[in-house]
Amino acid sequence: MSDPVPITINVNGRERAAAVEARLLLVHFLRENLNLTGTHVGCDTSQCGACTVLLDGRSAKSCTVFAVQADGAEVQTIEGLAGGDGLHPLQDGFWEEHGLQCGYCTPGMIMSAANLLQDNPAPSEAEIREGISGNLCRCTGYQHIVNAIQHAAERMARA
Amino acid sequence: MTSADGPVLPKLIGERVKRREDPRLIQGQATYVDDIKLPGMLHLAFKRSDIAHGVIRAIDTSEAAAMEGVELVITGAELAERLGPMPIGTPFPAPDHYSVATDKVRYVGEPVAVVVAADRYVARDAADAIMVDYEELPAVVDPEAAMEAGSATLHDGFARNIAVESYWGGTGVNPETAQPEDDSAVDAAFAEADVVVSQRMLNQRLAPNAMEPRGVVAQYEAGREYLTVWSATQNPHILRTLVAGMMGLGEHQVRAVAPEVGGGFGCKINIYGEEYAAAALSRLVGAPVKWIEDRTEAFLTTTHGRDLLGYVDLAAKRDGTILGLKARIIADIGAYEVLLTAMIPTLTGLMMNGVYRIPVVRHELTEVFTNKTPTDAYRGAGRPEGLYFLERAVDMLARELDMDPAEVRRRNFIPADEFPFATQGGLVYDSGDYEPCLDKALELADWRGLLAERDAARAEGRIVGVGLSFYVEVCGLGPSAVVPTGGWEHSGVTVERGGKVTATTGASPHGQGNETTFAQMLADHFSIPLEDITILHGDTSVVKQGIGTFGSRSQAVGGAALISAAGKAGDKMKQFAAALMTDQEVSPEDLVFENGRIQVEGAPEVSKTFAEVADFAYVPVPLPPGMEPGVSEESFFEPENNTYPFGCHISMVEMDRDTGETKLLKMIAVDDCGNVINPLIVEGQVHGGLAQGIGQAMFEEVVYDEDGQPVTASFMDYVMPRAADLPAFTLDKTVTPTPVNPLGAKGVGEAGTIGSTPCVVNAAVDALAPFGVSHIDMPLRPERVWRLIQENGGQS
Amino acid sequence: MIPTAFEYRRAGSVAEALALLREGAPEAKLLAGGHSLIPMMKQRLAEPALLIDIGGLDELRGIREEGGEIAIGAAMTHAEIAASDLLRAQAPIVAETAAGIGDAQVRNRGTIGGSLAHADPGADLPAVMVALDATIAITGPDGDRKVQAGDFFQDILTVDLGEDEIVTGVCFQACRSAAYAKLEQRASKFALVGVAAALSLDGGTCQSARVAVTGASSHAQRLSGVEAALAGASLPGGAASASAGAGDALDFVNEDLHGSEDYRRAMTAVFARRAIEAAAGRG
Repeated sequence: MSDPVPITINVNGRERAAAVEARLLLVHFLRENLNLTGTHVGCDTSQCGACTVLLDGRSAKSCTVFAVQADGAEVQTIEGLAGGDGLHPLQDGFWEEHGLQCGYCTPGMIMSAANLLQDNPAPSEAEIREGISGNLCRCTGYQHIVNAIQHAAERMARA
Repeated sequence: MTSADGPVLPKLIGERVKRREDPRLIQGQATYVDDIKLPGMLHLAFKRSDIAHGVIRAIDTSEAAAMEGVELVITGAELAERLGPMPIGTPFPAPDHYSVATDKVRYVGEPVAVVVAADRYVARDAADAIMVDYEELPAVVDPEAAMEAGSATLHDGFARNIAVESYWGGTGVNPETAQPEDDSAVDAAFAEADVVVSQRMLNQRLAPNAMEPRGVVAQYEAGREYLTVWSATQNPHILRTLVAGMMGLGEHQVRAVAPEVGGGFGCKINIYGEEYAAAALSRLVGAPVKWIEDRTEAFLTTTHGRDLLGYVDLAAKRDGTILGLKARIIADIGAYEVLLTAMIPTLTGLMMNGVYRIPVVRHELTEVFTNKTPTDAYRGAGRPEGLYFLERAVDMLARELDMDPAEVRRRNFIPADEFPFATQGGLVYDSGDYEPCLDKALELADWRGLLAERDAARAEGRIVGVGLSFYVEVCGLGPSAVVPTGGWEHSGVTVERGGKVTATTGASPHGQGNETTFAQMLADHFSIPLEDITILHGDTSVVKQGIGTFGSRSQAVGGAALISAAGKAGDKMKQFAAALMTDQEVSPEDLVFENGRIQVEGAPEVSKTFAEVADFAYVPVPLPPGMEPGVSEESFFEPENNTYPFGCHISMVEMDRDTGETKLLKMIAVDDCGNVINPLIVEGQVHGGLAQGIGQAMFEEVVYDEDGQPVTASFMDYVMPRAADLPAFTLDKTVTPTPVNPLGAKGVGEAGTIGSTPCVVNAAVDALAPFGVSHIDMPLRPERVWRLIQENGGQS
Repeated sequence: MIPTAFEYRRAGSVAEALALLREGAPEAKLLAGGHSLIPMMKQRLAEPALLIDIGGLDELRGIREEGGEIAIGAAMTHAEIAASDLLRAQAPIVAETAAGIGDAQVRNRGTIGGSLAHADPGADLPAVMVALDATIAITGPDGDRKVQAGDFFQDILTVDLGEDEIVTGVCFQACRSAAYAKLEQRASKFALVGVAAALSLDGGTCQSARVAVTGASSHAQRLSGVEAALAGASLPGGAASASAGAGDALDFVNEDLHGSEDYRRAMTAVFARRAIEAAAGRG
């Protein structure tokens, strides 16, 4: 077994240092080492997007990043999205518009939507559907997710 | 507006109440199985067969066992000394099936050995280091070929690989013998028919693909002789029963917990080998163990759905009147019978009556073993297959007669005044009123306008089609006579001190929103705020009894149990309230719940608050004669019948002439699930169902090659619908309450899945009809469509 | 889901990466975005003993134009390429193709260097680079060298790159009249068939063309028959006849569940036509 690699990752605004096996996936670092279990694993081929986090501000599938690659980087997970009390407009939108059922894809879906709204604050329905095409949901048929993201975009535009 | 001294509480049933489950889910605070960590917990990894069919000659575990961090490596044969063959939930004969294969493997992915190790990474390394020597046998892949004399067989005692054969037909079934009473009528009906349409159709194999893979944590505490199993399951109480039996324990020694569960769609009904193995291995190594499925493992080992081949013949008169139906169904059930495997295809024939008066029916079913992953329930479970076969056949009939597909259906509808309606298969449809639903769908879709739009598009050279389907399904499973586990549901309602309410339900949800809908029902029942109610589920140590969530039964059966328990608790609250109002000579029968108070009907000044009464119930001085303190009541609800929701779906598709790609342009659904508790949640259920039904029609298929190797074992090859693949759906509803439960609710979980699949394929065939196409098998893979266009020279 | 164990080194420079590669050969692999390699490692289809992370190297970053030639550093992500105003103006085919790769998360991590060096038969960018006659810049123990994209892609997952070499970037002439069209394999989002066409136009007449296909065969390659037929053709009207036999000329054609050989050959013609028409439309 290879020697542990020391890493420091800023996760949700906190510096987190650890020595990890090089092959440890970022998603497992978040879930197992930091107990941030809001980030989920839904596949093993980088298709489903359940593990999506923001890595240096851009959406990334944390199952396809080694924790050592994120050394020195900033990671934001669903737990840190609101950045304090209350809900982020996307979380609020998903709640208001029934954008989730079983909830398993939801954290990754919300983080993808955050990336989308960052790039395009007023996306059309088609742009939303395209923007979340890296995330699979088996429950909702996506319609309420689209509504939820529109809801959030409108609220963020007003803010 | 205020009542005596407080705001008026709005009625919540029928309102779009935001879900109470969501705050934890949208903030990453929910606890799924993989989020559970116990002190000293070890991890399992399974060594799985990479061949479809073979005899295990030898397994070398030495390298794996010697690896650092490995606690134990055990083969199937060794584990079988501790775990017998797995139970099934159907009365059909079944071959022995061990949690981990003992001497022979019968599908790719079947486990052959298990590693117990300190962490997940080491466990995987060790599993990969196990060497298995197989004597390969010919793979049985094609279910029709499997039944031929020369075929290799999977199981001793099941000649020609046949697991189940059944036959019924004629003008009716003799309930005693299950034999047809008069089968000659079928042949006579076909002989006198003006037109017969016949088609071989495949309802292809699907992977359920709940986004959360399966997982289990098991902890056996030797000192207590007590086992706790956390599992991503739809039915923790069934899990408890079956795991207890396998472990030689009583149900009083087992606690099963379904924590947050990330979708099920039927594939988390079955209790799997990994769950039994985890329990046994926890006991063996004396530590809690966890196993979490990879997606690849899910494709290989979580039960698949559908995979029915149908030979369907429909006979009719020139005017469209249906005279008879013949269906020969071959179900490819895979390598073993698991919990409900053999039962699912039997529902297909039963539901092939659809919404029509069909005078005579002949139904033949053969279930066949092949070297594939076992099948079991998948959203709709047997009904989508039957409705697909029927609704395709009815559409073919309309085309053959050059009739409007809506009109052919209307002509054959069971009239509203004939309910309850007994079908040829022996079902009794509870209630139905199909024409208003059809009319509403036609109007919502602007059917005539849609046809004109299609014709205009065709005139421009585009390949466009419209399709319609009308389904009825069976929900609210129950009654116990037809559900091997028992068909009832259980609920408990406790009024706590301070007037808060805790309720339990055995209908263990995994996305259905029962914490919200059930709280809405109780809020209205007791006229208290939603926030004062907690709904608990999923833990057999909290929820005394239960069956689980499948067959769209949460509301129709679980909700009915809740209301029954709430009624008992309410009666007791009224008795305590009356006792508190002795000076006013109030009888409990005169009291009603109103805005947080218990009051004499129409006289709010004669009242006590709900909280006061609750407090009194726990310190009842003096205790009213004949009463026990406290308010904690429970009910089992046994439905007298199933419910039969129905609906009409309409779609429009366009195909790319060059590539064969299909685009779904429109999807309109009018569903009737009886009374609705929460329209927001019902819409979500319909949307999700539509997406899965559309997924089957257009994209999804589990494919094996001729050696039984899976070709679609990841999301790289199994096409799941993504957001950009689907249009916005247009929904509406009609409401035909059911008489079989006090709520009048029928269930909606599977509706969308059932109607949309034939609807989209009917639209596709309509689009391709100018090319001489009368049928296309699913999914609408671009190449398949392209070939049909090419065969006609690319010209319509 | 779980890769096998390996050593990890983050290179501070390309020179250090080269040294590490030499040290670790042949068991060493370069890692940038990791979106080709990590999925294979998780399936244990790749089990390198050493990963050398070059993802953060400034030397491998940047999109620049000099004298009509555009250079893209190997570590640039698809998202960065898609968002480049320079590329959108000077070589829109590159930005558009990058914008259509995989999904947003993949584009945020995946790099052009990784995509080209890995050479998945269904990857989009190789066809574009071949059509643009791009030069692949490579560095190794013996110094720098350049290979034309048409020579770089050799076979399935096989390119003209030594185990001790690194792709540092690509460069190509600015070209507006070029376009890429693909039939997406819906599950993986790779190209079942994708065709890139770069045209030299004089009004409505095509003077010369470079057309390349990906997805159809083992590796990205030119469709020389189509190129020949395009010379002197009037466009967009002549696109259909020029591309008609496009797929028939391929020696080897991939075949899987999503597309048989026949289908891929036919789609090669369809998407050649679409790419040519789109490129001509930019004329």
